Amino acid sequence: MQIYLPIAEVSVNAFLLLGLGGIVGVLSGMFGVGGGFLMTPLLFFIGIPPAVAVATEANQIVASSFSGVLAHLRRKTVDLRMGTVLLIGGLVGAALGVVVFNYLKAQGQVDLLVKLCYVVFLGIIGGLMFIESLNAIRKTKSGKPPARKKHNWIHGLPFKMRFRVSGLYISVIPPLLVGVSVGILAAIMGVGGGFIMVPAMIYLLGMPTKVVVGTSLFQIIFVTAFTTMLHATTNFTVDIVLAVLLLVGGVIGAQIGTRIGVKMKAEQLRILLAMMVLAVCGKLALDLLLQPAELYSIGATGGH
Amino acid sequence: MGKQLLIGLCLLIATVTQAVAEEIVLGLSKDTVSINTSFDGSEILIFGAVKRESQIIYDPRLQVIITVAGPNEPFTVRRKEKRFGIWINTDAVDVDSAPTFYAVSTSTALGLSLSDTEDLRHKVSIPRAIRSVGAPDTVGDASSFTEALIRIKSASNQYQLNEGTISVDDQTLFRTSIQLPAALTEGDYKTRIFLTRGGDVVSMYETSLYVRKVGLERWLFRMSRENALLYGLMSLAIAIAAGWGASAAFRLIKS
Repeated sequence: MQIYLPIAEVSVNAFLLLGLGGIVGVLSGMFGVGGGFLMTPLLFFIGIPPAVAVATEANQIVASSFSGVLAHLRRKTVDLRMGTVLLIGGLVGAALGVVVFNYLKAQGQVDLLVKLCYVVFLGIIGGLMFIESLNAIRKTKSGKPPARKKHNWIHGLPFKMRFRVSGLYISVIPPLLVGVSVGILAAIMGVGGGFIMVPAMIYLLGMPTKVVVGTSLFQIIFVTAFTTMLHATTNFTVDIVLAVLLLVGGVIGAQIGTRIGVKMKAEQLRILLAMMVLAVCGKLALDLLLQPAELYSIGATGGH
Repeated sequence: MGKQLLIGLCLLIATVTQAVAEEIVLGLSKDTVSINTSFDGSEILIFGAVKRESQIIYDPRLQVIITVAGPNEPFTVRRKEKRFGIWINTDAVDVDSAPTFYAVSTSTALGLSLSDTEDLRHKVSIPRAIRSVGAPDTVGDASSFTEALIRIKSASNQYQLNEGTISVDDQTLFRTSIQLPAALTEGDYKTRIFLTRGGDVVSMYETSLYVRKVGLERWLFRMSRENALLYGLMSLAIAIAAGWGASAAFRLIKS
């Protein structure tokens, strides 16, 4: 069934969009990522103009993360306090990121920078997570208890706060800094930042994997809602018909994903996320390294 | 200079009006294309007749050319090059104005039915319909960028050269159909019909085809432009409602 999208001004297959939304929704519920880093390239591929894809994707993520958070709230796997601290940092970071983005746009080659950012960050995060979770799986198999709760310099910082759900008593400075840096990257790369936030919470803040997913989704809702409004009022690129098709699939997928995620072991969850991140990274790296079939591309005028 | 040009223009108009011994009477299967939610491209039938007071001339034969042009827009064409081992956009050329859609249909090969001078004057062929000036000095081969624009647009059926698709009966009746792709921009589509003999344009007729969004499509499009804040909030409300709805539905299924 073909549907004409009023803002994107293209006609697409409705079932294809429902399916795409569903698959990305499952991943979102399982791993606590928004799925923007997967969905945006997929939308480009089926012929949605990039500006519309990025803006509409943000709106769809609001829906799937809200659906996911509700499921996590009932399981009490959302650390609202930690989420709020990360969010405050995230919004500050996003505002800074927009300034950086505009500066880079004036210098040219912003597309390339975004792609390189993706490859570098996805590569590092995916690689580290993969190795770590592989080791963790080996350790549990050999019967040794996993080493946790290392006492390091982070615990010496002031402004300590108790995060009951995560079982942490740490300074608010590290989570704020994580929020800010993820916010900056998210604004530059045009995504919610879940795939950076999740590993950061696990490895930098030492939060338990089960709590991380819900907490990440919680803060993604606000960041992407903010982005949606920004795009809708300045660029007029949010396509509500496209968003509805994607989010119907997405919210159902998120519910299924959450249920799958709960049944899985933390190490398995992490290794799957790592593999997915590495796959996207590989695809983007190939795009940069291999000669494209069409060397030329058409874009709207402005911003070389 | 300006005066000379004006006189020249007047002379031109005079000769054109004189030359119109053959006039076009035109019909369109529809003069409005409505884009609704289920829009998936459209076919337009263009047909007409040649009205003349004199005898039919058999040599050179009458040829018909029809062009349909969507609204003009500026584009930037970029080219990738390998630098430091990776493919990145290097050169860019701005195309000042190119139609979002352009179709040329002819009754015989375009080169036979239209001389180069007439093509230049009326901007009929696809390369002529694109206006591109001022490639930056760093780009030596600006023409390859316009060629790329045509190649990419042709691949998605946005630019069409349909040679020999107009059927002409007794040098009087002509008809053709033009396929509009699904990805269509709203606007007035200028439709031109040329009658040519021996490569010279003997008569020309111009009309417009209106491509409009209707119903829900129109309402949403206008709201997104005129009431952006409300539109954004509506998008968010739908997202939140859908998220909550799915969650509630799954809880019901489980219990």
